[in-house]
Amino acid sequence: MKILQYILIFFATSPLVFSSLSAQQIGKNIKGSFVLQNATIHTVTKGNLTGSVLIEDGRISAVGAVTTPSSAHIVDCSGLHIYPGLIDGGTTLGLTEVSSVSLTDDSDEIGDFTPHVQSLTAVNPNSVAIPVTRVNGITTVITKPTGGLFPGTASLINLVGYTPDQMYAGFKAVMLNFPSSSKRNRWDRRSKEDRKKEGGKAVKKLNDIWKKAKLHADLISKGQKTEYNPDLDALVSVVRGQTPLMIEANKKDDILAAIKWVRKNKVKAILSGCSEGFRVVDSLAAAGLPVITGPMMTMPPRGSDRYDRAYSNAGIMSNGGVKVVIRSNQSENVRNLPFEAGFAAAYGMGKEEALKAVTINAAEVFGLGDQLGSIEVGKVANIIVTDGDPFETKTQVKHIFINGWQVPTESRHTLLYDEFIERSPGLDK
Amino acid sequence: MKFIIKIFILLFIPISLSAQESGNILIKNGTVLTITNGVLKNTDVLIQNGKIQQIGPNLRASSNTKTIDATGQYVMPGIIDAHSHIGIDAVNEATNPVTAEVNVGDAINPMAVSIYRALAGGVSVSHAMHGSANAIGGQCETIKHRYGTWDPEEIRMKGAPRTIKFALGENPMRVHGERRGLQPKTRMGVEQIFRSAFSEAKRYMDAQKMHKQSMGNKSYKGIAPKYNERLEVLADILRGEIIVHCHSYRADEIYMLLQVLEDFGITKICFQHVNEGFKVAPELAAYGAGASVFADWWAYKFEVYYSTAYNATILTRNGVLTSINSDSGELIRHLYHEAAKTQRYGGLSDNEALKLITINPAKQLGIGNRVGSLEVGKDGDVAIFSAHPLSVYTIPQMTIVDGIIRFDVENDDNDMRLAIDPEEEMSSFFDHQNEKNHDKCMEGVAEQLFQFSAHNH
Repeated sequence: MKILQYILIFFATSPLVFSSLSAQQIGKNIKGSFVLQNATIHTVTKGNLTGSVLIEDGRISAVGAVTTPSSAHIVDCSGLHIYPGLIDGGTTLGLTEVSSVSLTDDSDEIGDFTPHVQSLTAVNPNSVAIPVTRVNGITTVITKPTGGLFPGTASLINLVGYTPDQMYAGFKAVMLNFPSSSKRNRWDRRSKEDRKKEGGKAVKKLNDIWKKAKLHADLISKGQKTEYNPDLDALVSVVRGQTPLMIEANKKDDILAAIKWVRKNKVKAILSGCSEGFRVVDSLAAAGLPVITGPMMTMPPRGSDRYDRAYSNAGIMSNGGVKVVIRSNQSENVRNLPFEAGFAAAYGMGKEEALKAVTINAAEVFGLGDQLGSIEVGKVANIIVTDGDPFETKTQVKHIFINGWQVPTESRHTLLYDEFIERSPGLDK
Repeated sequence: MKFIIKIFILLFIPISLSAQESGNILIKNGTVLTITNGVLKNTDVLIQNGKIQQIGPNLRASSNTKTIDATGQYVMPGIIDAHSHIGIDAVNEATNPVTAEVNVGDAINPMAVSIYRALAGGVSVSHAMHGSANAIGGQCETIKHRYGTWDPEEIRMKGAPRTIKFALGENPMRVHGERRGLQPKTRMGVEQIFRSAFSEAKRYMDAQKMHKQSMGNKSYKGIAPKYNERLEVLADILRGEIIVHCHSYRADEIYMLLQVLEDFGITKICFQHVNEGFKVAPELAAYGAGASVFADWWAYKFEVYYSTAYNATILTRNGVLTSINSDSGELIRHLYHEAAKTQRYGGLSDNEALKLITINPAKQLGIGNRVGSLEVGKDGDVAIFSAHPLSVYTIPQMTIVDGIIRFDVENDDNDMRLAIDPEEEMSSFFDHQNEKNHDKCMEGVAEQLFQFSAHNH
């Protein structure tokens, strides 16, 4: 469970008490030069090779044949596999701690139009769910506000660090829940007509907001002094095409309407959700918009749909020419991302594409194709070392490096295992 | 018009798949995961009249027996889910902390498409449970996934022992204490609900016994105690005729119920969810209690915040009879994958992991002598997978119940519903992305008591 090294470091450096449950990890994160020796390296972008990876100053500085600097920590990876850290394209990790306890849920602010609220502000670097997530090989996630038309601004974060700034990975997007005429849930008793009417009203509201945002951006460009409008301010960079809009649309009609809206308004957009993407693959491919989809392990969108539609949706889109990123759409169980990718792979996407969908595709869609998502010289050292295929359920993640930090493979879940596998006292008093 | 024709065709499916019907099938040349007798390569399984007749190499069958080539595939017993709510139209009778008299078996819906979707994940038997709104909820029904019938009787697993749902912690406290101002509002109150219910049942039994004994006495003028169905069911629990399945999360409440059960001499107990079971694993093992757990659900409510995905492994290693359940119409479709998670979280062996979804839940439901392993004489319930069922890349190929193929990936239609809402021209889309899917145990309560709240588990 624990790596001997961490235990030694713990005893050498930490005054913490073992039984303290408030601790997320016992070992410390370590920065420095590391040589990951003699592994099978899955670069994602440049094929597989056998060799070593050198990490220096938080970056990958050599891949393959590596000259070991004298100061470097050596990590023996014989028989192991090196992959880029997995990236989840949509979560509420760090925003929601215990979803049924509303005061621990920071994902959904009041108001329909709050694009200025920042997930990066509310993300809790000490959330118990963060170590639980990264020990499964996920190093980077989008964490996003939810609820309302413009729920707020999502951020890409690395899962290491004690402040949001330490975690921030260099990408933000403004969220838009595209107006929908679908049922909100199984208890939604509104008639089809009412749903359409309300959907139409929401589209009008969206267009009004967009008009105002354009005007607002225009005024600012002309050097006009405007009133304090934090919500419209947040849309200025979107109107200018600098910040993308992440548009959630799931029902067929809603996806098509979203594509049309994006084209008409010339917005830099990323689609998300698209649970009925398989019905409109050609339109998605023609639009050339990337799609963040998932989870796979969810019900088919309609009662009439084939039982495996949700499993196969990502593959159908990706085979149809859509650039696909996979997400878990989870908070406490983002750790299932590799299994989501595994299901997508099995149901038509293929292993290679599924691996891209949680690494390089995500990096590219977030404009960080030269920073993240593959094992290449110069990239940020987000690396996992496993004893096998990272999607395969039984695979163990042996070492984790995030932003160059070596992070212990510990979480509350592993600590509880260590304490209770052989409880002491057992049955004795 | 097309739609009407479809309904017309659907109307006749049940006739062609008469449900209690049992079949003959020879499954050739698969890798057979028997669960109780190791892994047999290149082995055949012969099912006759719905029962496993023979397991071995090069078996032959009569010419009218359907033969399936399972070369390169994995053949395992039909998966069993010890906790689900599919195939029933009512889950919670949330009107009293004790509702032992109700039975979800009176609300079976054999047309639920969720049964088909469970079959498409290799699941042949599930335990359709009452919800967790009440400390003593209703009786549950063990169902066989004979999808195709319209007759509720045909879905019941006849002869399966009676079971009942109990619930501890937040759910009964919230429904009765918080919302209605009735005991229980605390875990102290929950204990007293059980002690009071069983004490009353004991008095009821004593009164009945006294009356029966006195009947022989000619001078006896007494009348029989007033019949009470609730107390009758509780008395059956005390007599050991009903297996208790108790929704629970925290270690203290689990320990509390063990004390209560011991005081009343109740031994047949399987804890459900039991997220903190790992903390009292030695006590559970000593009592002989079962534990039916989630693979990795946690943190969706406060009483599951101190959970670990290593729960199933710790329980197994401490000698507790453990299973992995779904409690969800979604999760039931990939229980094989949920079981595999015990290999990531604790390194269980292949057979240990597979037992969690086969023979162990069968034993917890009291049907371990009939299903849960591939053995001669057992029911012909079989699931066939493209790759090892614990691999993330496996795809269920076929699910057989009593020797009848109920799911076949090669002959799988898009729309497998048996019942269609006549008011909708197409089944409607609803946004699963907004749905929190945990713990269907509180289904129905949301509508009855809270209107709709997303956090209703």
